[in-house]
Amino acid sequence: MMRILTTATTEFRIALRNRWVTIAVVMMVIFSLVLSAAGSAPTGALGADRLSVTVASLTSLSVYLVPLVALLMSFDGVAGEVERGTLPLVLTYPISRAELLVGKLLAHLGVLTLAVAAGYGSAALAAIATDTAAVQGLPALWRLMWSSVLLGAAFLCLGYALSALVPRSTGAAGLCIGLWLVMIVLYDLALLAAVVTDGGGWFTTEAFPWLLVVNPADAFRLFNLAASDATAAAAGIAGAANSIPPTHALVSMSLWPLLALGGAVMVFRKVTP
Amino acid sequence: MTNSLILSTLTKTYDGTPALRDVSLSVAPGERVALLGHNGAGKSTLMKIILGLIPFDGGEVQVLGAPPGSEKARADVAYLPENVAFHPALTGLEQIRHYLRLRGHSARLAEGLLARVGLADAGRRRIGTYSKGMRQRVGLAQALIGMPRLLVLDEPTSGLDPVSRRDFYTLLDDMAAEGASVLLSSHALTEVEARTDRLVILSQGRLVTQGSLSDLRRQAALPIRLHVIPREGHGSALAEALPKGRMNGTGLHLSCAQEDKLSTLSRIVGLGEIVRDVDVLPPSLEDIYSHFSRRDGQ
Repeated sequence: MMRILTTATTEFRIALRNRWVTIAVVMMVIFSLVLSAAGSAPTGALGADRLSVTVASLTSLSVYLVPLVALLMSFDGVAGEVERGTLPLVLTYPISRAELLVGKLLAHLGVLTLAVAAGYGSAALAAIATDTAAVQGLPALWRLMWSSVLLGAAFLCLGYALSALVPRSTGAAGLCIGLWLVMIVLYDLALLAAVVTDGGGWFTTEAFPWLLVVNPADAFRLFNLAASDATAAAAGIAGAANSIPPTHALVSMSLWPLLALGGAVMVFRKVTP
Repeated sequence: MTNSLILSTLTKTYDGTPALRDVSLSVAPGERVALLGHNGAGKSTLMKIILGLIPFDGGEVQVLGAPPGSEKARADVAYLPENVAFHPALTGLEQIRHYLRLRGHSARLAEGLLARVGLADAGRRRIGTYSKGMRQRVGLAQALIGMPRLLVLDEPTSGLDPVSRRDFYTLLDDMAAEGASVLLSSHALTEVEARTDRLVILSQGRLVTQGSLSDLRRQAALPIRLHVIPREGHGSALAEALPKGRMNGTGLHLSCAQEDKLSTLSRIVGLGEIVRDVDVLPPSLEDIYSHFSRRDGQ
C-alpha cells in the first residue's frame, strides 16, 4: 500500500510540474462555463431548472473531453518510462508492475477529479447564481461528476495498455489518438449509419442498445441522460436512453476500468526493460 | 556462509544470437567482483538477468538464495543502471525519498544519503538541471538505501571525476566491509585493478577467465618488458651484448618470459659499467585484458 501511495504522490507531483493539472483544470473550467452560458437559452421552453439543462450539455461535452484528457495523461505512462530509461531501475525495487500502474492510476485519477470538480463546479455556481431553482439539479451534477471519473479511469487504463504496447511515447500518443477517434467519434458514426441503413429492423431494436452499452462513452451518456429530467435538451441518443435500464450502463461503466486495468497489467508484464 | 550470487551454466539467446554461453560465477558476501569485457560482451545482459529484468534460457541463477527478480531477491539487491536516468521534473531529494519509501524506509533518510554522495547542496534542485556526474551520484545514493546485501553496478563511475571516483570506491569498500557483495562492470581497468577482489572477463558471451590480478597475470604468461639504459657512449656495446634487444633513442627494449626474468636481469647486471639503469615493465592490465578478451575468435 505504501508503495502504491508513494508512486501516486510522485506521479501527482510530476503531473503538477508538467502543468498537466493546470491544463486539465483550465480546459474543463473554460468548456464548462462556455456550455453553461450557451445552455441557458432553452431553459424556459423546457421547463427544467437551469442546472439540469447544464448537466445535459456537460454530459455531451464530457463524453469527448474526459477520455481525451485521460488518454493525454496516460499515453506516456509506460512508454515514457521506457524512453527515458527510468523503468529498469524502478522494476528492480520491491514493487510489482500492477502496483506501479495502480499508483499512476491514482495520481492521474486525482488530477482528473480535480479538473472535473473545478469544471462542473464552476458551471454549477454559474447556474445557481442566476437561477435559484437550479439547486434541484445538484444530484444530477453529482452523478455526472462521479461517472465522469469512472469514465476517465477506463480511458486512463486503456492509455496505459497502449503505452505498454509500444516502446516510444510518440507511437503511444498516435495509438491513443486513434483509440479516441474510434471509440468516441467513429463508433457512434458507424452505429448511426447502421441504424439508418437498417430502417428500424432487428439491428435497431435488438443489437443497437447493446452496442451502445458496451462502449464506455456511450454507456456514460446513456446513464446520465436516462437519469436526467432534461434529456430532451440533449440531442442524439436520447431515445435509446429510455430503452435501456441505467443499471446496464452503470455495470458497463464499472466493468470497463477493471477490465482495462487488468489488460494494461497483462501487457505491461510482457514489457522487457 | 553461502554465496550471495550463484550462476551456473547460464545461457541466454537473443533471436538466435547467443548473448551468454554457459556462464558460471559466484560471488561471496563481502566480495567485490569486477566484470570486464568489450561492448556487447554480455555484461549488461548478465546483470539484467541477475536482477530478474529479463528471462534466461538455460542454467541456474540464485540471488541471495532466491530466484532472480523474486520479492525476496529484490528486497536486498540494489542496482545502478548504466547511464542512470530519473524524471527531470523531480528534485534529487524527492526522487530519493520516493525510492526510500518504495523500500519501506523513512523518507527522512534522504538528506543523509545525498550528503554521502556529495549532493547535499543540490538536493532541492530539479534533476533536469543536473550534470551527468550528478545524476550518477543520485543513482549511487539510491543504491545505498537500506544496506543491500548485493550491489549490481553497471559502469558506476562513468561520468564521475577522479576525486568522485575515489570517494565512490571508498563507499564501496565500506559496504563490502559490512558484508555486502558487489558486482560491478567497468571499462576503467586501472581503477578496478586496485579496488576489487576478483576480475571476471567476458568475451562474446563466454566467461573466459576469472581471478585476482596476479592470478590472471600468471595465467596469461605475457612477456615482461625490460628497458635497459646504457651509459653515455656505450650504446653500441650494449646492443652487441644483448642481441635480442631493439635499440631506440633512449635505450634498449628487451622482452622475456616471466620465468626468465631473474636470469635476464642478472645477465644485465653482469654487463657492469656499460649499463646505467634498468626499468622492469610488467604486462599492464590492458595487456592482460586484451590477451583474454581477444583469445576467442578475434
